Amino acid sequence: MSTLTPDLAARLPGPEWMQARRAAAVERFDDVGMPTEAEEIWRYSRISELDLDAFAPVLDDQDRGVPPDAVPAIETVGERSGLVVTRNGRVAHVELAPTAGAGAGVEIGDVFDADDGDGLLGSVAPSSTDAFTELSTAFAPGGALVRVPAGVIVRDPIVVVHWVDADGGAVFPRTVVVLGEDAEATVIERYQSPDVAAFVDPVIELDVADAGRLHYASVQDFGPRVWQTGYQATRVGRDAHLTSIAVALGGDYARLRTDARLQGQGATSQLMALYFGSDSTMLDFRTLQDHAAPQTTSDLLFKGAVADTAKGVYSGLIRVRKEARGTSAFQTNRNLVLSEGAGAESVPNLEIETNDVRCSHASAVGPIDDEQRYYLESRGVPPEVAERLIVLGFFSQVLERLPSSALAGRLRERMATRLGAEA
Amino acid sequence: MSRLVVSGLRAAVGGQEILRGVDLEVDSGQVHAVMGPNGSGKSTLAHVIMGRPGYDVLGGSVTLDEDELLALPTWKRAQAGLFLALQYPTEVPGVPLEDALAEALRARDDGEAVDVHRRLADEAARVGLDARFLARPLNVDFSGGEKKRNETVQLGVLRPKIALLDELDSGLDIDALRAVSRRVEQETKETNLGVLVITHYSRILRELQPDKVSVLRKGRIVATGGPDLADELERTGYAGYEDDEGETPPAPSAANADPFADPLL
Repeated sequence: MSTLTPDLAARLPGPEWMQARRAAAVERFDDVGMPTEAEEIWRYSRISELDLDAFAPVLDDQDRGVPPDAVPAIETVGERSGLVVTRNGRVAHVELAPTAGAGAGVEIGDVFDADDGDGLLGSVAPSSTDAFTELSTAFAPGGALVRVPAGVIVRDPIVVVHWVDADGGAVFPRTVVVLGEDAEATVIERYQSPDVAAFVDPVIELDVADAGRLHYASVQDFGPRVWQTGYQATRVGRDAHLTSIAVALGGDYARLRTDARLQGQGATSQLMALYFGSDSTMLDFRTLQDHAAPQTTSDLLFKGAVADTAKGVYSGLIRVRKEARGTSAFQTNRNLVLSEGAGAESVPNLEIETNDVRCSHASAVGPIDDEQRYYLESRGVPPEVAERLIVLGFFSQVLERLPSSALAGRLRERMATRLGAEA
Repeated sequence: MSRLVVSGLRAAVGGQEILRGVDLEVDSGQVHAVMGPNGSGKSTLAHVIMGRPGYDVLGGSVTLDEDELLALPTWKRAQAGLFLALQYPTEVPGVPLEDALAEALRARDDGEAVDVHRRLADEAARVGLDARFLARPLNVDFSGGEKKRNETVQLGVLRPKIALLDELDSGLDIDALRAVSRRVEQETKETNLGVLVITHYSRILRELQPDKVSVLRKGRIVATGGPDLADELERTGYAGYEDDEGETPPAPSAANADPFADPLL
């Protein structure tokens, strides 16, 4: 671990409280060490291929402002209430539309600048979760903060763009979203890079207070030489509602672990994902639907497709704790395998400590349905077009749930192009 | 003027020969009904002509205007002017009808620009399919009648030279049967469509008047005649058309008790 040292961590920007945390996290990271595929939660991954020494934290403070290449990712979303752009993890640009409730106390910025930043960072995603959350604590140079006070409704999406362009960089983007009681907001995150070799370790914390309603979506569209070990943790309060949609398209190996904790009675979460791997990408998802209160509901739908020699991994656990009586929990993972060299794993699990539950899980891995293909071809649709229609149709269930129809349209075009449509 | 010619067609499924030398012709503007009992090879005939995977062609030929279709993949057969209305139209989740037909028309090399949206709306109105079905994923959560009307809508939009209708009447109430039959009948006059109607019962033939009727029995055409042949079958059943070898037809399995079901599915 020659590049990720306490000395280096100490040279990163941040408030005093952060400096103390960094040193402790580096130490714990050294104790924990890198995970291996032998651990269940890393099974099927390629984590032992990750050579952290090949990447170094980005110390120099780059230009502020929006990197020109990141503009399309922002514009695609359409109308927005606010924007945070991070560049290699540092907050580089912040704006809040006057109509979006700056007066109402909506806060958008860098979590390092918040008076209570020490309490916010890591409150939903503890640093001790795994080696990579420790690394994030040690080396994150800032973090996007979106905070909506109680009772405030933010109409248009707040956009967060994490732009990674440091070749050879170890990059630690962070996002903290806090919704007060009965508040409502939409947050769309975009993880983008040009073709650089980078290690990216995002940590996303979503905290929805009682009766809050958060619509969250993230789109990972990194270049083909990016390694990602992402962690998204959510806490949903009493009668609160979370919709979370993860879209993953790029990277060499890109992992996203999602822990969704239903903390208050009557809390609900809808977790969705759309992942489409091509070339030799591996897209790796781990989910936990954690029911910690009575009458909570979680519904998960993850849909993936893999082409060329790409690999997909889905492993999910529904945990219903003893106190979570009257819980409903559903989990569905479906995978389309589009070529012989591609493959997908799907591993659903249940851990239930009470009787009063409704649970179901379903998983499927297989090629495009022959009957569907024949049906379209019998109308005169060429085979490669039929395949494209079927794959896009397979994804439409998730696409149409995205909080921006303009973004959904753009993603559909991207995937169509990847499936051979003329751009 | 187009002509579909099936000659000496032999085909097997899973090593069992189902079509054992089928000869028949369909001309533009003509309705040719092929009738037969369960297990006679009716659905196999439709799918082999259309090129469904899983069928082994053992011999014979199928030509449309002298182009050999058996050498072509399914979509090229469709592009050549063939259309198959399926007995059980397949659900294709997330794929709207309009997208599928737009792609089918785009792939044609005649360069004719078609307003798919408008033509779809017109065709739906003509067969009484509610326009909201046009925006839905293909056949998903459609009733039996809606699926068959939808097949007829597609036929109207694609305007093939020859249409194969595989048990178009199964699962249809009388209103839907009349609507789709009338629409097909109109196409035989408006666009000179040739139609091969494949059916177990003569019910549809009271709505869609055949010019020619053939009886398929154990993989062969054993009789061909005019419309009166259908009436005769209605009275006497297929018992008079036992073929010379006197084989008993394969017994339907318990899991396949639906009398309309394709025994091969």
